[in-house]
Amino acid sequence: MIAIQTTDLTKKFQDKTAVNSLNLSIDQGELFALLGVNGAGKTTTIKMLTCLSRPTNGDAILLGNSIVSNPHAVKEKINVSPQETAVARNLSVKENLELIAQIYGFDKKAVDIKVAEMLTTFGLTEVSKDKAKTLSGGMQRRLSIAMALISNPQILFLDEPTLGLDVIARRELWTAIEKLKGSITIILTTHYMEEAEALSDRIGVMSKGKLKAVGTVSELMAQTNTKTLEDAFVSLATKEEVD
Amino acid sequence: MRLLAFSTRNSREILRDPLNLAFGIGFPLVILFLLSAIQANIEVEMFVIDKLIPGIAVFGLSFISIFSGMLIAKDRGTSFLMRLFTTPLSASDYIMGYTLPLLPMAILQIAISFIAAFFLGLPINANVLLSLIVLMPTAVLFIGIGLLTGSIFNEKQVSSICGALLTNLSAWLSGTWFDLNLIGGWFKGIAYALPFAHAVDAGRAAISGDYSSILPHLWWVIGYAVVIMVIAVIVFSKKMNSDKL
Repeated sequence: MIAIQTTDLTKKFQDKTAVNSLNLSIDQGELFALLGVNGAGKTTTIKMLTCLSRPTNGDAILLGNSIVSNPHAVKEKINVSPQETAVARNLSVKENLELIAQIYGFDKKAVDIKVAEMLTTFGLTEVSKDKAKTLSGGMQRRLSIAMALISNPQILFLDEPTLGLDVIARRELWTAIEKLKGSITIILTTHYMEEAEALSDRIGVMSKGKLKAVGTVSELMAQTNTKTLEDAFVSLATKEEVD
Repeated sequence: MRLLAFSTRNSREILRDPLNLAFGIGFPLVILFLLSAIQANIEVEMFVIDKLIPGIAVFGLSFISIFSGMLIAKDRGTSFLMRLFTTPLSASDYIMGYTLPLLPMAILQIAISFIAAFFLGLPINANVLLSLIVLMPTAVLFIGIGLLTGSIFNEKQVSSICGALLTNLSAWLSGTWFDLNLIGGWFKGIAYALPFAHAVDAGRAAISGDYSSILPHLWWVIGYAVVIMVIAVIVFSKKMNSDKL
């Protein structure tokens, strides 16, 4: 079953086209990675799909709801872990989780159960009473993803989830993300090839607002006649310039 | 439930910042005690406690703009607001959530100033309560200014605009530190074209029992509060629907 279907999704900023007629289909339970250099249109795509930015043209249907005509219904089913950690700094870890659960309309009993579950899943129990601003970058990222998951989203958007993390913290997060695979649809944007390769079912390569290719790692390598994902990515991302 | 959760979070963010408490409550009290000490040594009519305290209360309320503006600017700067914009919270949840927690804080702030003033000789009577009520539109005005500046400017700019410019502007043009008639002319004209002197005069009229003088001043404050609040709501709503937070 299809979780996300975009049709000619386009975003223009004055004379610049940030996303150009994006046509993409993502299945439920799939972990889909969007790769692209800075300015490729990844974040703008995520912003449109999460109803933060209205498309100039086209539409996207998320689990049967249009981001243009029914954004409120879309927001009930999705959650986002933004590029920045975006946590409430003076609230404790537990309070941050409670806040998001309450915003999504959970009753007190459900809030308590979900908070306990997230604290355990993301190894945050020991720091549950610590203020978010006192956590390390890695722990803040974990909290950010736990905040995105506490609402039981059917689609989760992870925008550069491991940006700025050390190797250990990155691997720990990968483990946490891998555990989610199959249960919910995940859209991941990243600069790290190894991250996309390790985690994703399929990869979409964006360049200058256009979706250049979609496929598994081996499909992309076969398509570009390369031996690594990085080479395949470079080939696809620079194709237009060479042409 | 959603609104309550968001309001509670905003209250916690503000109250857990020690600088907010130091400036919002501590600083006006220090000024109150200093000016009262001056009054005890050299008699200055402006600094008699029943004339001074409404001015101190208005000065204290100007810090509410900093609380509100800084919180919103921080939420925008850290992408926390962007995260919230992807949730089912509605536009009214945001406006109310950023506004409502500040009203009890404003009441508490005024009450603390008045309680301190009791120790400095302010008579305890019903007029004090009336003065507190009369000062509420001023609280709404400052909350609106915070909402507006926080929606437009970044944290550093809000700190400069509300922290330095607004507190000074509202202090100098309120007639708290000196009698505006002493300067008169254009200065007095500007002061009375703005709401701050009217807010202080309305508070003074309430404390002194000069009830007929309250409303002519209060209308100015209410007018400014409504206009600023409406502009703030429009600007915030536009930000919600724009591509740039």
